[in-house]
Amino acid sequence: MRIRFDKLGIVIALIAACGVFFSAFAVLKPNRILQGQAKTILEALPAWAGWGLLVLLAVATAIALFRMSPWLKLTAAAAALAALTIAIGYAASFLTPAGNSYARVSPASGFWILLFAFALLAADALTRLQPPPWMRVLFLAITGGGIALLLISGSWDGLSIMKEYGGRADVFWIEAGKHVTLALGSLFAAVLAGLPLGILCHRVTWLRTGVLNTLNLVQTIPSIALFGILIGPLAWIAATVPGAAALGIRGIGAAPAFVALFLYSLLPVVANTVVGLAGVPPEANDAARGIGMTDRQRLFQVEFPLALPVILTAIRIVLVQNIGMATIAALIGGGGFGVFVFQGIGQTAMDLVLLGAVPTVALAFAAAVMLDALIEANSRVPNGVSAA
Amino acid sequence: MIEIDAITKRYDENTVVDNVSMVIEPRTVTVVVGTSGSGKTTLLRMINRLVEPTEGMIRLDGEDNRAIPGHELRRRIGYAIQGHGLFPHRTVAQNIATVPGLLGWEKSRIDAKVEELLTLFQLDAKTFGPRYPHELSGGQQQRVGVARALAAEPNVLLMDEPFGALDPIIRAKAQEDLLAIQRHFGTTIVLVTHDMNEAFHLADKIAVMDKGRVLQYGPPVELVRAPAAPFVETLIGDTERPFRLLAIAKAGAAAEPGDADGEPIHEDRSQQEALADLLWSGRNALPVISATGVPMGRVTLEALLKHAARPQ
Repeated sequence: MRIRFDKLGIVIALIAACGVFFSAFAVLKPNRILQGQAKTILEALPAWAGWGLLVLLAVATAIALFRMSPWLKLTAAAAALAALTIAIGYAASFLTPAGNSYARVSPASGFWILLFAFALLAADALTRLQPPPWMRVLFLAITGGGIALLLISGSWDGLSIMKEYGGRADVFWIEAGKHVTLALGSLFAAVLAGLPLGILCHRVTWLRTGVLNTLNLVQTIPSIALFGILIGPLAWIAATVPGAAALGIRGIGAAPAFVALFLYSLLPVVANTVVGLAGVPPEANDAARGIGMTDRQRLFQVEFPLALPVILTAIRIVLVQNIGMATIAALIGGGGFGVFVFQGIGQTAMDLVLLGAVPTVALAFAAAVMLDALIEANSRVPNGVSAA
Repeated sequence: MIEIDAITKRYDENTVVDNVSMVIEPRTVTVVVGTSGSGKTTLLRMINRLVEPTEGMIRLDGEDNRAIPGHELRRRIGYAIQGHGLFPHRTVAQNIATVPGLLGWEKSRIDAKVEELLTLFQLDAKTFGPRYPHELSGGQQQRVGVARALAAEPNVLLMDEPFGALDPIIRAKAQEDLLAIQRHFGTTIVLVTHDMNEAFHLADKIAVMDKGRVLQYGPPVELVRAPAAPFVETLIGDTERPFRLLAIAKAGAAAEPGDADGEPIHEDRSQQEALADLLWSGRNALPVISATGVPMGRVTLEALLKHAARPQ
């Protein structure tokens, strides 16, 4: 049997080699702001654990390098990722001098490079396996469960990011709540307004160009500028409309952030609604009228179900975009994970930046996987594979 | 009965249907033929008010078709179009159940109707009911499209080039099926096509349309015997005339007493088929049998030639 190399595997192996040989695994800092000392895998871990991790990474890299079953590759990637995440927590408690509460250990570039290499391997294996939607959600749940387990077990508690969390646990969850509320709330409002607007644009041709061009224009305004633009009108509303201030509408804070995210969300929702409805086969529409459906019945029984996958795609785009953009809301006092990011930048404390950035990325990733699964489950209906 | 009374449709300055009057008898098949742009589809769509006429009136069984809202009128009239127009996100059974569902039938009645229709169209209800339209062949999709149009037991069925997307062999089968269905339910069918062969094969009466006007409306034989306009003559085709006459007459009608050898022909096959049989087998006569298999005499080449000649 001839041994054949996997093209992507070569790239993964090169990246992994970079991570092991040319970068540090962890950084030990005397306190949260000062520069730290870089440590390689063998320096950061006791000998047995260091060598054990290296051997495991080598085996996983070998599996990535050659053409093998995707299941094997996925298992190798999962094992490598699990080992890396456990090892970094272990390195933290190993490196921190006993009784020193100022010293900080954080993952260094080598850790992130290795994480990226094996995440790439996992993603490639998953693409080849073409798992059905439910299985992808299951994988996501397993990953989430694993991370939750690590967090609860306390094996990451020695890491600097967790130390930053430890000091602000209550604030963290409040800001998390604000972040999700902003992202989901503005999406919900955008769908509520965008769907009827999209339907209207589909039916009334002359309206379509005007509305879509206006929304396109809004999309090009930088978010900071949009916040600035909104301060005036919202402050005016708060001052003149009775009860508006009590609802939390002010020139700065969550209200302008909400409005900005809502405006950015409108274009994808409206545009995809128009595209989705335009893609409904004309014969199906003609038949629907011809056999006696009213306009409303035709909309809800024929046009809408057929346009749904395209509309769901818009919702996926908007959700992921909003989760990321909600970070900016912190700039004008809107709260969210951005609070930690901007505080961290202000204090040059990168660990604090990570405390804001990592949950944002994780949230966006999870939302993307779940909505992709939902879209696929829906567009499969005409194929009869999974009639929901 | 459908009475079309001086109906006109104008789009701005453009007259698409121009003062058309005709009466369509119940339980017959009427075929409207014409080139594209002749207004035949618009005429059809004015019967179920997918298009509202500019002038004139259409009465169904004596009642103005504007007496009830358009969508309620359309639920009473079957409608089948080219490319079937099935809903891709619904199963075959759900597609057929659409109109009964709109009419609020009980579920048990709908299920029974779906099964009856699928069986009638030679599709196994258990196999095909749960399938989606794209899993069916073109011929099967077309049959489901007609089944859906008939689900609420309409008296009238409107068909707009229903067989246009089918290949010739499937199309011939679909036409046979349609005639059988029509006899089974006694439905009044109005069918639009540009295919003269199809028109002659299916029609009790043919209406020839050109530039929004009906040039001639009558039984097929009359169109061949006495074309009312040069356009009708062109449409029928000089070289096709004798064969069209044979195509619309039954073999039984040319039968005479006597014997003949070889494969017999059924009395309800067309004389054109009888002629083809004779020419191909090199015989001068062939035996005719009735539908039940009783010998009825023979058909001779000579008799057929006489039938194909220009009527005096």
